[in-house]
Amino acid sequence: MTTKGVRRPLGLAPTAVLLLGALYCLLPVCWVLAASTKTRGELFTTNAFAPGTGLFSNIADLSAYRDGIFWQWMANTALYAGVGALLSTAVSVLAGYALAKFRFFGRNMIFNVLIGGILVPAVVLAVPQYLLLAKAGLANTYWAVLLPSILHPYSIYLARIYASAAIPDALLEAGRIDGAGENRLLRVVAVPLMLPGMVTIFLFQFVAIWNNFLLPFIMLADDERFPLTVGLYTLLATGANQPALYNLVITGALLSIIPLIALFLTMQRYWRTDLSGGSVKS
Amino acid sequence: MRTKRLRLVMSAVLVGALAAGCSSGGQEETPQETGPVELTFWTWAPNMDKIAAVWNTAHPDIKVTVSKQAGGDEAAAKFLTAAKAGNAPDLVQAEYQMLPSFVAAEAVADIKGEVAGVRDQFSDGIWNLVTLGTDGVYGLPQDSGPMMFYYRTDLFTKYGIAVPKTWDEYAAAARTVHAKDKTVYLGGFSSKDPGWFAGLSQQAGGQWWSITGEAWKVGINDGPTKKVADFWGGLAKDGVIDTQAPWTPEWNAALNGGKIMSWASAVWAPGVLSSNAPDGKGKWAIAPLPQWSAGENYSGFWGGSSIAIAEGSKHKQAAAQFASWLNTDAKALDLLIKEAAIYPAAKSGQALMTTAPEYFANQADFWQQATNIAGTARGFTFGPNVNVAYSAYKDAFDKALQNKSSFTDALGAMHDATVADMKKSGFTLAS
Repeated sequence: MTTKGVRRPLGLAPTAVLLLGALYCLLPVCWVLAASTKTRGELFTTNAFAPGTGLFSNIADLSAYRDGIFWQWMANTALYAGVGALLSTAVSVLAGYALAKFRFFGRNMIFNVLIGGILVPAVVLAVPQYLLLAKAGLANTYWAVLLPSILHPYSIYLARIYASAAIPDALLEAGRIDGAGENRLLRVVAVPLMLPGMVTIFLFQFVAIWNNFLLPFIMLADDERFPLTVGLYTLLATGANQPALYNLVITGALLSIIPLIALFLTMQRYWRTDLSGGSVKS
Repeated sequence: MRTKRLRLVMSAVLVGALAAGCSSGGQEETPQETGPVELTFWTWAPNMDKIAAVWNTAHPDIKVTVSKQAGGDEAAAKFLTAAKAGNAPDLVQAEYQMLPSFVAAEAVADIKGEVAGVRDQFSDGIWNLVTLGTDGVYGLPQDSGPMMFYYRTDLFTKYGIAVPKTWDEYAAAARTVHAKDKTVYLGGFSSKDPGWFAGLSQQAGGQWWSITGEAWKVGINDGPTKKVADFWGGLAKDGVIDTQAPWTPEWNAALNGGKIMSWASAVWAPGVLSSNAPDGKGKWAIAPLPQWSAGENYSGFWGGSSIAIAEGSKHKQAAAQFASWLNTDAKALDLLIKEAAIYPAAKSGQALMTTAPEYFANQADFWQQATNIAGTARGFTFGPNVNVAYSAYKDAFDKALQNKSSFTDALGAMHDATVADMKKSGFTLAS
């Protein structure tokens, strides 16, 4: 309310940079939108951004491909991303809260190891994880993709930062004086305060697992368990002597981002600062 | 004897690539079978599950489960990783150029004894691709990609050129066409398709790898291959052939719009043409590749794959039985052609192809011609690190195209990179 009437002049350079950035991000999406409406014949022969006439026949073809295995892949991806992101958020919040609010032996060491973990790209770990899970007899199962997704150092780091900023020590102390146990404090005080952070972590992980390619590619042998990324890749890389099924892949790519967009639009409202943010006067 | 020594030498490869601590599969004595044998089969051929279903109905004692995989280099890496972890499928589709790396990693079995009965179903050129020039047999050929010359009949008439019988005639025609219309090219050179270049080198008589005793010999820059590189280098330097990257929308548009009049490609090209250049339907025809000297009649292979059996498989006998059925039985070959849309490697399978592809409706004898050409195709032994050689090809020739520098040097760079990698991996090289 205080900024009313003090409108800053429109910064020309920043706006231009942002517009360019938006264009850079949105152009490929527009292309996928336009290309998925084209039939095989139209795909490479008509203007790149001109809509075609085959969206529904593409979707029908895709649904008919190998008795609708595309939808099986979609369900698999939803399972991997949904369950994986939920478990990962739970682990991250517990770990981050503990690291932020409790002093115990080895706390800094654990945190430093986690920071180190952030620096190791998940791609590097995929093959060792496969060999480990193969030994445990879990390769080529749903667990093979779910288990490695659960522990995510960056999410724990994020949860710790968020917990130390969003949960005032005074509030926890007040709770303890009032006789609340640690479990109750976590449930009633910590988790509600961390909700916006949890949503962020959940979305990050959901998107990361949804788009993950290498891990499921290595872990899964049975195409009934493939997620969308690996499944669509089998349509694209069909061997040297088969034409790639471009129009099906592009349509599949479009259908596969719709749930992500829907998720973002619905989860956005959790990102507002909550009322309890001002519960302590400091 | 020779293969045994070869294996010893080659066992060093790929160990470094994978972390330690992996069990290497149960390949102990075959246990007593109880109940039906279950086989898993990794392939990227479409509709293979339907073909396997036909087998399963006829053979209740051997049940094959197909798992459709992606093709290409990544598929090979995935199989090698799975083999290291002891999780390999019983049967795996292997591109011919990838088979040696599987053999070197001891991931696939020598099935010489199991498949001796079907040897005469395949031509010598194709059989050599699964024996690697040794006494062993490391897979059964499934499909093959003999190379041939695809051209636009209407445009050849329009520009007044004849189908080139030799590469010299091809070069002359390329200059003629480009002089008449600067936007049109007779054909193209692809720095993105090492398999294409390998096929043309096979035609010229190149021998990129060979095994003598226990040592590998690398001949990527041998005389015949140099001849091929120089030939395309000269045309590219003069700008009379198209050098843009193929398989891009621009290339598709050029092919579709008649800006590229011919394509030295393989037997699987009709599928590509019909989807990427739909407007050319009925205007293309095939002929044998131009030859290096008049009167010769050779071709090479671009693409194609075999079915190999994993060393870790507990049911090698049953797997070999299925692989033999799949690639030589008349009913299976018919299904491969109709359902999986492949060009079978077996001679009897090639004879089954009678109706010309719809796209080539104007050329009724398409398959007869193709079969004749397939008989003239000669392959060469691929080495254990084809992926390294192939990526070196892309790097070196991309650079040569960009800087308009010598193709001979690019070939030399490819050769050196391949040799250096083999040394690093612990192979013995013949000097």
